[in-house]
Amino acid sequence: MGLKIIVLAKQVPDTRNVGKDAMKADGTVNRAALPAIFNPEDLNALEQALRLKDKYKGTTVTILSMGPGRAADIIREGLYRGADKGYLLTDRAFAGSDTLATSYAISRAILKLEKADIIIAGRQAIDGDTAQVGPQVAEKLGMPQITYAEEIISAEKNKIVVKRRLERGVETVESPLPAVITVNSSAPACRPRNAKLLMKYKHAKTITESQNASEDYINLTADRPFLIIPEMSVNDIDADAKWLGLTGSPTKVKKIENIVFQAKEAKRLTAADDEINDLMKELIANHTIG
Amino acid sequence: MNNVFVICEIDEGKVADVSLELLTKGRSLADRLNCKLEAVALGHDLKGMEKELFQYGADVVHVGDDKRLSPYTTLPHTAVITGLFSEEKPQIALLGATTFGRDLGPRVSSALQSGLTADCTSLEIGDHEDKKAGKTYKDLLYQIRPAFGGNIVATIINPDCRPQMATVREGVMKKEIFDKNHKGKLNILDVNKYLKPEDLVVKVVERHMEKSKVNIKNSSIIVSGGYGMGSKENFDMLYELADVIGAEVGASRAAVDAGFAEHDRQIGQTGVTVRPKLYIACGISGQIQHVAGMEDSSMIIAVNNDPNAPINKIADYVITGDVSEIIPKMIKYYKQNTK
Ligand SMILES: Cc1cc2nc3c(=O)[nH]c(=O)nc-3n(C[C@H](O)[C@H](O)[C@H](O)COP(=O)(O)OP(=O)(O)OC[C@H]3O[C@@H](n4cnc5c(N)ncnc54)[C@H](O)[C@@H]3O)c2cc1C
Ligand SMILES: Cc1cc2nc3c(=O)[nH]c(=O)nc-3n(C[C@H](O)[C@H](O)[C@H](O)COP(=O)(O)OP(=O)(O)OC[C@H]3O[C@@H](n4cnc5c(N)ncnc54)[C@H](O)[C@@H]3O)c2cc1C
Repeated sequence: MGLKIIVLAKQVPDTRNVGKDAMKADGTVNRAALPAIFNPEDLNALEQALRLKDKYKGTTVTILSMGPGRAADIIREGLYRGADKGYLLTDRAFAGSDTLATSYAISRAILKLEKADIIIAGRQAIDGDTAQVGPQVAEKLGMPQITYAEEIISAEKNKIVVKRRLERGVETVESPLPAVITVNSSAPACRPRNAKLLMKYKHAKTITESQNASEDYINLTADRPFLIIPEMSVNDIDADAKWLGLTGSPTKVKKIENIVFQAKEAKRLTAADDEINDLMKELIANHTIG
Repeated sequence: MNNVFVICEIDEGKVADVSLELLTKGRSLADRLNCKLEAVALGHDLKGMEKELFQYGADVVHVGDDKRLSPYTTLPHTAVITGLFSEEKPQIALLGATTFGRDLGPRVSSALQSGLTADCTSLEIGDHEDKKAGKTYKDLLYQIRPAFGGNIVATIINPDCRPQMATVREGVMKKEIFDKNHKGKLNILDVNKYLKPEDLVVKVVERHMEKSKVNIKNSSIIVSGGYGMGSKENFDMLYELADVIGAEVGASRAAVDAGFAEHDRQIGQTGVTVRPKLYIACGISGQIQHVAGMEDSSMIIAVNNDPNAPINKIADYVITGDVSEIIPKMIKYYKQNTK
């Protein structure tokens, strides 16, 4: 008997190494110019799911992503790497969600999917940077959570064993299933795309995307239903509107400041002996060191 | 009711530094808001722990002492805290942005539907005017935090739900004894009242914790190495320099990821925040996530072979050249000039 696994994956702007193209003239980041990517730790999460699929016959891995239409890219990427299915949770009503409203929507959607044994999320998304959605989803579903996971050691007989990586060490934890796991970047990297799967799912599209596609494509999905990426909206998840979007978000962003690198006037030195000697003398003389 | 709460982290039988930092901050928030500061400590064998919490300014200390609360697991802690908060109705609740706080905080906030701001670097009290609703809020907690990989800083507020919860990064608040003789009220919690059998399903089967040897946070001089150090062996130069000038060794994430240094030494957004008198950055490019953890250093020396490395923009001294040439010279000339 295989496991039913749901992987939560978010599309994020690549905030890591902000290149020149994404910088505005005033030295601040142009968020719109950052490339949209698969949140890095969600790839670590996907890999943990795929390893369970390799290990336990009959296991299925379903990706769930909440975001705008273009987040369908994340689901395709997951399919190319070995996921079996993906759902896009998308609705204007979700706009402005904080982590609590996001977690509410995601947990409602999870309840609409086939009953899951394990829900695997990344630890943290690199845009919001909160690491809150995993635990908040777990609470909403009334499931135990294991955060900071580095390795899912086993998931048998209704019990999951997970190694966690903490600030100062490691811990092995055992929990009954179903459970929510959040995975760290210290876990193994995700396997690359599989060439066969890439061919198979290249034309996978959401309904919205296929409405904009040609006749031929619609014919294509008729005999290949796996090419349809199902979309879910507010109406599909039995959600109470008061817990969604801006209204459902207790936290509000009052102000945003862009960080600007301010250049100071630095003293420039080379590796020459006399220059290093002078520097050390100066630091000793003004009691910075010694 | 309506007080400021700090959820303390107990680490190896001791109150974690970040919790004491939060008590110091919490004390000043409570004074500003004219309310009490209360601390919660959950664990096992906590006898006498309240004393230190009182010294750091707590007016009330709630202690839950029970073997089911140690080692830490999420569900029993959540049950006790949400139970206590439903009775006490804090206006503000703070916890450290450590693996403990970031595991527990979101769970509690989700249970209480209260909202949580992650990883704050500053907390202030201020008013807010909601023009659309025509409403003014007095004395809200401004929760200031970096987001977008450190590229922006956002001020988050929580106008309507209570408590206003935030996790705060380690090392950014000053820790200061409020009064050695300060005494408050000790409230021993009846843990049985809050715990249900289903809170006890997760078991810690094995734990390997290393005692933290490194204390970069409190060091006034830090010699820090990056990926540009090239190897773990080359990091030895940094230990030697640190040793002669009385410093601690820090590292960038790339250096930690490459195995050149332990994770305890990581400085930056996902490591510790430091503000020493002197910070010597060796082979560190100066990405924003690193800079976020050290830019408040009083003096910065950058050693880098790239004259245009971003770190140079915030440095007071820029030494352009190879680390393996420059660091031994620093050691040599320090020794020569102090003899
Ligand atoms: C500047 C700024 C600051 C913010 N600060 C806060 C704050 O302090 N508190 C707060 O509550 N909200 C905050 N928000 C809102 C928050 O960013 C959003 O709610 C966001 O949708 C989820 O949070 P995150 O990106 O931090 O995700 P995290 O909680 O870091 O994500 C953890 C994991 O959850 C899963 N996950 C998260 N989102 C999705 C998704 N859309 N689809 C599928 N899986 C997902 C992924 O597996 C991910 O790795 C802030 C937003 C901005 C713009
Ligand atoms: C969400 C998030 C959180 C992060 N948190 C942190 C964090 O907490 N701390 C952190 O540090 N990073 C963090 N990072 C990573 C950060 O973005 C950078 O990748 C990292 O800081 C780079 O480390 P580095 O400067 O050592 O390496 P590099 O960027 O590779 O720089 C190496 C530098 O060494 C110089 N160099 C090379 N050889 C020599 C030589 N022989 N002599 C002199 N100089 C030499 C090079 O010119 C270069 O400037 C985070 C990233 C993300 C996305």
